Amino acid sequence: MNILHVLFKSSIGKKITMAVTGFILFGFVIGHLSGNLQIFAHPDKINAYAHFLEALGPGLWLIRLFLLAILIIHVWLAAQLTLENKAARPQGYQNQITLRATLASRYMRVTGVIVLVFIVYHLLHFTVRVTHGPEAYPNTVLIDGTPVRDVHSMIILGFQNPLISIFYILAVGLLSWHLRHGLVSMFQSIGWQTRTWSKALNKIVLAVCVLYFLGNALIVGAAMSGQVRIQNPQVAGYVCRTDCEICGLRNAATIAESDEAASDNQS
Amino acid sequence: MILDSKIPSGPLEEKWDKHIMDGKLVNPANKRKYEIIVVGTGLAGASAASTLAELGYSVKAFTFHDSPRRAHSIAAQGGINATKNYQNDGDSVYRLFYDTVKGGDFRSREANVYRLSQVSANIIDQCVALGVPFAREYGGLLANRSFGGAQVSRTFYARGQTGQQLLLGAYSGLSRQIGLGNVELFANREMLELVVIDGHAKGIITRDVITGSIEKHSAHAVVLATGGYSNVFYLSTSALNSNVTAAWRAHRKGAAFANPCYTQIHPTCIPVSGDYQSKLTLMSESLRNDGRIWAPKNPGDKRPADQIPEDERDYYLERKYPSFGNLAPRDISSRSAKEVCDEGRGVGETGLGVYLDFKDAIDRLGEDVIRERYGNLFDIYHEITGESAYQQPMRIYPAVHYTMGGLWVDYNLMSTIPGCFVLGEANFSDHGANRLGASALMQGLADGYFVLPYTIPHYLAEVPREPAPPIDHPEFAKAEEEVVNRTKALLENNGKQSVNSFHKRLGKIIWDKCGMARNKSGLEEAIKEIPALRQEFEEDVRVLGAGDNLNQSLEMAGRVADFFELGELMCRDALAREESCGGHFREEHQYEDGEAKRDDEGFSHVSAWEWKGKDQPQVCHNEKLEYERVKMVTRSYK
Amino acid sequence: MKVTLRVWRQKDGNSQGKFEEYAAEGLNPNMSFLEMLDVVNEDLIEKGEEPIAFAYDCREGICGTCSCMINGKPHGPENGATTCQTYMRSFKDGDVIVVEPFRAKAFPVQKDLVTDRAAFDSIMQAGGYITSRAGSCQDANAIPISKEIADLAMDAAACIGCGACVAACKNSSAMLFVSAKAGQLNLLPQGQPEKDSRVVNMVSAMDEAGFGNCTNQYECSAACPKLISEEFISKMNRDYLSASVKGLFSAKAL
Repeated sequence: MNILHVLFKSSIGKKITMAVTGFILFGFVIGHLSGNLQIFAHPDKINAYAHFLEALGPGLWLIRLFLLAILIIHVWLAAQLTLENKAARPQGYQNQITLRATLASRYMRVTGVIVLVFIVYHLLHFTVRVTHGPEAYPNTVLIDGTPVRDVHSMIILGFQNPLISIFYILAVGLLSWHLRHGLVSMFQSIGWQTRTWSKALNKIVLAVCVLYFLGNALIVGAAMSGQVRIQNPQVAGYVCRTDCEICGLRNAATIAESDEAASDNQS
Repeated sequence: MILDSKIPSGPLEEKWDKHIMDGKLVNPANKRKYEIIVVGTGLAGASAASTLAELGYSVKAFTFHDSPRRAHSIAAQGGINATKNYQNDGDSVYRLFYDTVKGGDFRSREANVYRLSQVSANIIDQCVALGVPFAREYGGLLANRSFGGAQVSRTFYARGQTGQQLLLGAYSGLSRQIGLGNVELFANREMLELVVIDGHAKGIITRDVITGSIEKHSAHAVVLATGGYSNVFYLSTSALNSNVTAAWRAHRKGAAFANPCYTQIHPTCIPVSGDYQSKLTLMSESLRNDGRIWAPKNPGDKRPADQIPEDERDYYLERKYPSFGNLAPRDISSRSAKEVCDEGRGVGETGLGVYLDFKDAIDRLGEDVIRERYGNLFDIYHEITGESAYQQPMRIYPAVHYTMGGLWVDYNLMSTIPGCFVLGEANFSDHGANRLGASALMQGLADGYFVLPYTIPHYLAEVPREPAPPIDHPEFAKAEEEVVNRTKALLENNGKQSVNSFHKRLGKIIWDKCGMARNKSGLEEAIKEIPALRQEFEEDVRVLGAGDNLNQSLEMAGRVADFFELGELMCRDALAREESCGGHFREEHQYEDGEAKRDDEGFSHVSAWEWKGKDQPQVCHNEKLEYERVKMVTRSYK
Repeated sequence: MKVTLRVWRQKDGNSQGKFEEYAAEGLNPNMSFLEMLDVVNEDLIEKGEEPIAFAYDCREGICGTCSCMINGKPHGPENGATTCQTYMRSFKDGDVIVVEPFRAKAFPVQKDLVTDRAAFDSIMQAGGYITSRAGSCQDANAIPISKEIADLAMDAAACIGCGACVAACKNSSAMLFVSAKAGQLNLLPQGQPEKDSRVVNMVSAMDEAGFGNCTNQYECSAACPKLISEEFISKMNRDYLSASVKGLFSAKAL
């Protein structure tokens, strides 16, 4: 039996593929969130992390392409399954009632599509960096003088616009909801859900989804409300405070140098 | 007509082995050249079709259901007997044989019953191998219970769904053979005529119930496994589509119909609640293991059960049959219930019911144990009546459940038409005048798995080895024409009354006059009333719709037409049998205490009726029942 | 009591169908739903109209023939009951009741409320069995089976093949049916030799028949008159995955 045939053609195989790709994407978003949560630490922390990732160069691209492929498979199969499922009942019922399907499970397609749109926007916003002008994507130097992108400020700047922030919160909420069904479903699709622990699994997944949502919402909320602040004198909105250590550690010249270096990198 | 039972000579224990050795075999290379039609896919039909296909024969299986899995064997609840003696309580082939002969009130064939008992153990092996999830002990071995009048625990069961599980086992084997191409399945086909060429059964005419097309199928032999005829009573525990048509068509083509008056009334059914009722539901007899049957001592006592004090209750089975008590055989329990109700002591709104009380068992064992044993039955009862049997006693009343009579067959299960074999409930062979609980499933599977596959070569090896007759043979055309004409006549009749209304009226006559108790004058009345009603049916039945698509009224009309003729024959048979035995109780023939009075001198025979043409009474032929081993005794369960 | 029925009427598989309204009067709450239809049909015959075709047989909830979609739920409002074991006491006097056939591409409507469920048989023919030749079996007690496993197999075996799972599933998926059938046999020691081929073959027969895919909503289990658990679907997925992976690495005989 051809394994590719199983994974992409058979009904259960497709569900297994959905589960596995979904799990990889879940792994990614969790990793992404943990990276982003560094925003609550010293700005250098997240900036260094971003710099580290960027420095991977081709490695980063491999990861990106891999994730993109996984995403495409996940979306493609979802579309295929949806079409097949529609075709399986050419004539519908007049008034079918729902017996126990959860709302999350019934809106997987809707949440999935919105999340997909969000992903596109999010990539344009923070990865390709084209949704805003250059002032939204500042640079800085680390404590050791390495010139880097100021991801810390970029994120905060990104959430200055309440509409964008609300869209982010909404999208992450829908993603969490998508995961609410997706994660439990994943265990079912690969056959790891049993009566013995399906209740526990359900609760764990709920907790994970709520935490995931809160984690993301916290970042946006903190940025919007000023709980985390821009700590880069070059950026508009920077408010120098007396207790601020940054000015003491850096001088304007280094910052200017790093600006050049960063723009060289970019080109 | 000569009734040659072909019982092998020699000692009882060796007859079957000897018969197998004496018979001819069909060369394995030739088997696929033999085509065998199997009509019906219940336990007997499915097991026969799959086993014959395994052996290499070309099999065509027919069912009027949409799937072989829906046959009415599926509804049997209680269990299946087998002489495994796993319980170490003294069961043996001989004991099951003796119990069956005695339970059948010495009106069955000794040799057949002994063979049934011999192969019973193999059935369990086969079913377990097929994945039938029988109940098990904690140690992983099979569980047994004692059932319906047996003093040993020899009944294997799968919750309350033994019939379903056994049927699904047989169906899975059949499905495998269909998948392999060894069996061709014809679903949605109702057999409407048997084709007999030169005195041998060579094919059938069917109607595709979905498209209405009439089809001809030829073969070297025809196996009928088409179940019983309880639905002649209109209300019975049979599925609504169960019918006698296939067997009756064979009867009209020359197959003798044996002992039609032997019908079994099951003692533990849910009482009728209204005249709209279409079907009676059986509560497994296993309930009698822990339930106590009683009625108020005083006629007309309408107090709720819990307000009737202990000393005003009559545990009549325990009183009358101290050693068997609530486990007395079905006919005795049923008749006792009827007597109680006739005395005006019946319970429930209609007065047609007695109590089956679990209070003592719940006090003794706890509700959990009772729930474990009978939970699903209590649920069914609750579903249907809205009452909880944990809180108040169940109400039960007897209902028609099984028909021991059927097409006469010899030891090879062949009817009086050579090449026409009859299995399971459709034949008359193994249960005599009364069937023991958990023996129907056993017989169906025994016939299909372990008897017919050995006996059918005896016939096939004898007939000339040539292809099955072509379906353009004139006999096929003739049979087809009969079917077409009958169908057309029904559709064009343009009467006023529905099929169902006739069926109800017929059922009432049979239930009242040929039911639990029969008497001469009632039977004579019935023999007059039934043909008159049949006449009215022929003139005034209204069948709407067309013949070229699914038409359930048309199907039912054909079946009811055959029930009329069968019902009349039942009454004739009951009238001719001037004795009481098993399920046949003639009020004229009873002891002073109301016990059935057999007449072994005059009636120790099988009555096999030969069709003589429409509107002609059938002629009765007797097959004398010889008992070499068993000494006939008055059946006593006291 | 009295109710109004909106019933799907369709002459045959090739015709278009539509809803017709009928008044059902003089009903008794203790009637089963099918007995109520019997009453309506008797009235129709009286009026010279063709009675409603609906599937039925045993009328005790075990044969799996009856199959009405009643008010948007397979077999009607009660849980764990077939159409024939649904009683009019589950409805209110004056209710409007919508009755439709089970619908799916794999279950074409044959007439009125009757659908063709032969697709289930084709799945069974592909692998829903244990190969066991009559006469070749060892003693039934030769392989002990723990009560837990036997009971679990029995839970799966309770399936009556009615197709309510397919009817309830918004994708018309047959996963609950197939998983119950495969699960029963795959749980038992007797079923082990064919375990992998069974699940693979049954699933591919299921796919071929045109059923939809499972989206793990378990409407099937909720609509199942025998309340078969979706856990068997999980087991089938597991068995299928393991069979596929094993297929990658297994040694092949020449």
